[in-house]
Amino acid sequence: MKTLLGAANVLHHAEDLLLYEFDGSVEKGRPDLVVFPHSTEEVSRIVKLAMHYEVPVVGRGAGTGLSGGALARGGGVMIVFARMNRILELDTVNCRAVVQPGVVNLDLTRAVEHADLYFAPDPSSAKSCTIGGNVAENAGGPHTLAYGVTTNHVAALELVLPDGEIVRVGSRHGDTRGYDLCGLFVGSEGTLALVTEITVKLSRKAEAVKTLLAIFETIDEASQAVVEITARGITPAACEMLDGWTLRVVEDYIHAGFPRDSGAVLLIEVEGLREAIEGQAAAVEDVCRVCHAREVRLAKDEHERDLLWKGRKSAFGALGRVAPSNYVLDGVIPRSKLPQALQRIRGIGEQFGFSVGNIFHAGDGNLHPIVLYDPRNKEQCAKAIAASHEIIRACVELGGALTGEHGVGMEKNELMTLLFSEADFALMRRVHDAMNPESSLNPGKIFPLSKGCGEIRIKRKAVDVRV
Amino acid sequence: MTATANLGARLSEAAGTEHVITAGEELASYAIDGIVPGAIVRPASAEVAAKTVRLAAAEKLGLLALGSRSKCEIGMTPSRYDIALDMTGLREIAHYDASDMTLSVDAGMPLRELEIFLKRHGQFLPLAVPCFESTTAGGVIASGIDSSLRMQYGGARDFLIGAEFVDGTGQLCKSGGRVVKNVTGYDLHKLLIGSLGTLGVITRVNFRTFPLAAMSGGHVAAFANCESALAYRKSVEKAALPLGNLEVLSPEVVRMIRAILQRNEAKMPESLERKEWLVYCSYEGNHAVVRRISQDLERMAGEASASHNELLETAADESLGGMLREAYEWMRWAAPATMICRLVLPEVTTGILKELSRLVEGNVVRSALLVRAVGILYFAAFAEEESEPVMAALTNIAADAKSLAASNNGDATLLHAPTELKARLAASRSESGFAFQQRIKLAFDPSSVFAPGRIVGGL
Repeated sequence: MKTLLGAANVLHHAEDLLLYEFDGSVEKGRPDLVVFPHSTEEVSRIVKLAMHYEVPVVGRGAGTGLSGGALARGGGVMIVFARMNRILELDTVNCRAVVQPGVVNLDLTRAVEHADLYFAPDPSSAKSCTIGGNVAENAGGPHTLAYGVTTNHVAALELVLPDGEIVRVGSRHGDTRGYDLCGLFVGSEGTLALVTEITVKLSRKAEAVKTLLAIFETIDEASQAVVEITARGITPAACEMLDGWTLRVVEDYIHAGFPRDSGAVLLIEVEGLREAIEGQAAAVEDVCRVCHAREVRLAKDEHERDLLWKGRKSAFGALGRVAPSNYVLDGVIPRSKLPQALQRIRGIGEQFGFSVGNIFHAGDGNLHPIVLYDPRNKEQCAKAIAASHEIIRACVELGGALTGEHGVGMEKNELMTLLFSEADFALMRRVHDAMNPESSLNPGKIFPLSKGCGEIRIKRKAVDVRV
Repeated sequence: MTATANLGARLSEAAGTEHVITAGEELASYAIDGIVPGAIVRPASAEVAAKTVRLAAAEKLGLLALGSRSKCEIGMTPSRYDIALDMTGLREIAHYDASDMTLSVDAGMPLRELEIFLKRHGQFLPLAVPCFESTTAGGVIASGIDSSLRMQYGGARDFLIGAEFVDGTGQLCKSGGRVVKNVTGYDLHKLLIGSLGTLGVITRVNFRTFPLAAMSGGHVAAFANCESALAYRKSVEKAALPLGNLEVLSPEVVRMIRAILQRNEAKMPESLERKEWLVYCSYEGNHAVVRRISQDLERMAGEASASHNELLETAADESLGGMLREAYEWMRWAAPATMICRLVLPEVTTGILKELSRLVEGNVVRSALLVRAVGILYFAAFAEEESEPVMAALTNIAADAKSLAASNNGDATLLHAPTELKARLAASRSESGFAFQQRIKLAFDPSSVFAPGRIVGGL
């Protein structure tokens, strides 16, 4: 690898590898080797070399993922795309950008905002996560409620397959001939191919925005308001909920203006034509009042708006102040079931003896319960994971799914049997094998390892890959 | 074709005698590109559909699932087509959560029926597709046909949230779910869009639905030439107005629409009387939004030196919007030999439109151009007979249109063509990326039960 990439682009000392053993999840997996390619051709050569030694390969962006997708579960070579971080082309007239996978999400928006454009997917980690990672996980964010998740904004991909072959799928205009392979690869969590170049669709900024903060005495009233907003056909650009416990922690840290004595707040944003958002904001306010909101505030200016969003986006950092660690879950339910879901989560928290906070994308039913625990306490770790499984089970029982935006990874692969049948796995497995027949790319992810539905092997030749 | 009496008996055993037809005139009405299937099976359940697929796989027969058969001529001629699996019997609404705005329906559910159902709840599905009166939910997914509302709502891939289908091994599978945001497992349902029945038998589709707007509006601007029409289109795109339709009609398209609407004595926009390029926009919202967009469009059209500026009455708007939704349908019947190429381009330029018009010059054909939203362009060539010179000319035109699209970073596919032309083009084309796509076909359909050959490249 050093011959291939130069010594500066290869890490192999145990203390260097330690950093790559973790991501944003509660999982762990240490690579044997970390490499930093600069080009697609280098990626292809790395993959070929790894295949020669029958060593697994896993891709990684910024390592902000929350389901262990970018961890080397089976050891092997980790390809970190941080140095493939160039914006290759900007076409602001036709709203397209071609980027390398290591480009940071927010950097792309910054590069095009002079033309009143932006890249729509906006995960909370937008300041550090990479677009390659967004593609792998089909990342969402608060504003995906109105604008869709990553897959809705990807037009074409360049990929490196496990045998080193370089292929392109999709097209610059975003329409595909034959099968929609772009639609398959986005969100496949690095288990089918490595993404080395992405053509994204850029969105035009709305001419007007209104940000409202609706304050409720109870979380039940706030969730009922979300149900009503959806049922009335109002589609805000974003509709986020913070429960009372979480907003107090955030407020102590950020001073965003969240009322400390409330039971829950909704942060709702409407965007569009000036004439449209007047009516939408009024309708949102009306619904909130009908659902017993104590107060509905309108952000007066850009500063107030930024502050409210800072409160939302810094929440996970704020939580770090009150517990040694937090486990951010990700489940999804029909929006009509939001009140029941939150009640179930509360019950499960009590059952396992945890404080569970809630700060999430209420508008699209994407829950993020946060379990506070101490990772040094083995018993607490196990209980946190057990509680999370219970919560995901509850989501499925309510008609939902395992994950809305964080991915399955190695966090939920064993839970996949809650949703999928033997026949579903058999087909998914054949699709997996069509691209990644030896499971040499990102093994041990998505598919359950324990059940008799076709185990994805984590195999490796008995070679010492340490340099 | 190869269906034997024995097969008929076995199909009857799988699906029930009353659901199987192996003789008579009805078989001919299921023909695709002249190929008449040996049997029609009308499954009463997804399980029966799965059983039929297993039987077809065991007998090495070609099977194709069909809905209303309105768009089954899209795609190339199947190399094997023995069993027509008519899915129109499966037409239940399996699940509807009005407050979650999610819907799950059987593949055979007609879109028109669904529209009526959803309207009662103030909602709709933004699939404005041709043959709307008959087309089924499953058929519209399999055909991958354009919705004329794509500019605002995107295509089916943007709101199809899950699907159930029978794979080539005869197993009932699913992908996605019934929630609006979901990254659990591979998005296999996206592969079904435009797969023309080659990956699976779609039995159920899940969508997110959308609220109906309070009111709608329509505007037409007329231009003396395509330069001005495209310049206006560009300024409209840049204004980021929430438009349903944004379509540029060549004078020939205008003439054809006028002729049909006159024949049907339908209310029509005055602008259709003009022999010019027209740009049509439709939009919706509250009163203030509709008024604002109308004013903006009138102003922008004026700035782009439109020769005529017309705000449409509801009836005229519905006539024109309906005709544009149905463009594929009336274009393909407009002449004895019609070819419709669908180009997708990063940018539609005057140069491309002129070049396309030039392709038919001096030939025995006339042409029409319809520039749709998001870079889609329908280029239709019409001839009065299916003679050898006409076929030769159309073959060249199709090849040239494809090269033209490719040289502009775009792509061209054949939306409609006489069977003979399909055969010539299939023989002359070598598709790059075919081997890669073939992997998907084999994963879904290991023994190639599902009408192989429908997608260019032999898939």
